Amino acid sequence: MARRKGRNLGLLAVYGGMVFLLASVLFYSSALKHESRLLLAEAPEIVVQRMIAGRHAPVSGEHLRALQGIRGLRGVEGRLWGYHYDPVVRANYTLMVPPAGGVAQGTAILGPALARARGAGPGDVISFRGHDGGLVSFRIAGILPGDTALASADLLLIEETDFRTLFGIPPGEYTDLALRIPNAREVQTVAEKVLERLPDSRAILREEMQRTYDAIFDWRSTLVLLPLSGALLAFAILAWEKASGLSADERREIGILKAVGWETRDVLRMKLWEGGLLSLLAFLFGTVAAYWHVFGLSAPLLAPVLQGWSVLYPDFRLTPAIEGGQLLALFFLTVFPYLVATLVPVWRAAVTDPDEVMR
Amino acid sequence: MNLQIRVVGVRKAFNEDRPNRFWAVNGVDLHLSEGQVTVLAGPSGSGKTTLLTLIGCLARPTEGRVLLHDRVISSLPEPFLAALRRQTFGFVFQRFNLIRGLSLLDNVTVPAYPLGIPRRALRKRALELLASLGLGHRAHARVESLSGGEAQRTALARALINDPPILIADEPTANLDSELSLAFLEILARLRSEGRTLLLSSHDPLVREAAVVDRVIELRDGRVVADQARPGGSAR
Repeated sequence: MARRKGRNLGLLAVYGGMVFLLASVLFYSSALKHESRLLLAEAPEIVVQRMIAGRHAPVSGEHLRALQGIRGLRGVEGRLWGYHYDPVVRANYTLMVPPAGGVAQGTAILGPALARARGAGPGDVISFRGHDGGLVSFRIAGILPGDTALASADLLLIEETDFRTLFGIPPGEYTDLALRIPNAREVQTVAEKVLERLPDSRAILREEMQRTYDAIFDWRSTLVLLPLSGALLAFAILAWEKASGLSADERREIGILKAVGWETRDVLRMKLWEGGLLSLLAFLFGTVAAYWHVFGLSAPLLAPVLQGWSVLYPDFRLTPAIEGGQLLALFFLTVFPYLVATLVPVWRAAVTDPDEVMR
Repeated sequence: MNLQIRVVGVRKAFNEDRPNRFWAVNGVDLHLSEGQVTVLAGPSGSGKTTLLTLIGCLARPTEGRVLLHDRVISSLPEPFLAALRRQTFGFVFQRFNLIRGLSLLDNVTVPAYPLGIPRRALRKRALELLASLGLGHRAHARVESLSGGEAQRTALARALINDPPILIADEPTANLDSELSLAFLEILARLRSEGRTLLLSSHDPLVREAAVVDRVIELRDGRVVADQARPGGSAR
């Protein structure tokens, strides 16, 4: 292999780069799905939203009371959250009243990306234009930690009265209702009862949200992989090129080896070692580089596409979450075809009489 | 004298099933004895090299048989042919066919790899062989840097690494000057004295008339046209 250093290093670079791209997408979407699962583990089992003319509308206290008493339901609470467009940084924030409280009136706790975008820190004052055009100001009481940034990057936590003043939501009305059901097997039944009691509402199950997240990340992965398929195709053509014709030098060498007493299987074994070493090295370099790219550098090449934030990008490190099956699939998709592509022509050359190869 | 190699009604066609098919070897019968030096002579295109490849199991005859110690070898399956090429025949090619990019030592050890000989013992034997052919000091040089004579002796060392009883050399002096050709003939005499059977192809008069040669077989158009025992051959 050292004799064809330039060619093999070039091949290693192209091959490793391809594995790197594929593994990066795989690792990143897998980690995002893992992250979303962790986030949703805290989420209520069912979220009830009122619909008017097919649009999401605030729910009233009557809706909340109507659900009380359903068997299997441990608790119902009204949630207050919404979006606010900030023309200063041209971004949407998610404003939310934390269910457990903890935010004093007139203060706000900011998500890390939002704090970065506004250049604001604890003690600063941040103002928004309310529903009536008036300015509503908050003193920043704190910044949320970075390790939850995927969910909290653009989050702004404020107190209930401030939220109602800012958005003009009257007391007793909520954005939606969060339902807690301890027994997972009762979730479906409770959802049916909710719909019976509140025909103008929809019940969103946590499992459905998880499926949606998974589908979104899968879809985004596909979006990234589609243009990459060009690169994959180029590599396949390169490998096939190698497969469909050995160089005259390689054919001559195989002829020499056969002439001096190597069997076809000896030649194949040697080429298998060469191809195996090259593809394993490429796989190793590609996956290690992808691991470092995704979990060390937070995937700067993929984040804009896969993460889904348009303006406020979360600055966070993903928890490494790699499935063995995925790695195995990647291994077979990259190493196996390469080995076949290199071994076929060698086999073809090695099964002919050595004098023919050398003519 | 033991009869060692027998060629019976051998024909070899190239471009078979095509309009330009031709018979490179066209009905050859030969008996080659053990421990002799035999030269296949004849002009270019007479079928010398093709006959050598058929006897050395590098190719199969289209018709006829090649026998070694009364055992038909020309129709053996490939793994058996490879084993014969590895351990029974040593081959020195006209263009030497050394593997570029490798050292002399690596080239010489190549035929022994399938045998699984321990690396240290193999390298020792290869170094001894190279030293016996005057190439010990160049063992680690790349083959690209070799002169014609050095390349030929390296090819000879490679042919001898598995200690084959039969050595086949195709036009061994074609790329050598007279001095190097004579040196090669001296090496042949040494190999013959070790009891090896030597089969050469050559149209070099220096080889045909060398004292070490026992027999000259003249080929033309793929057929044997003369078969002479050399009265001065050292076999007698």
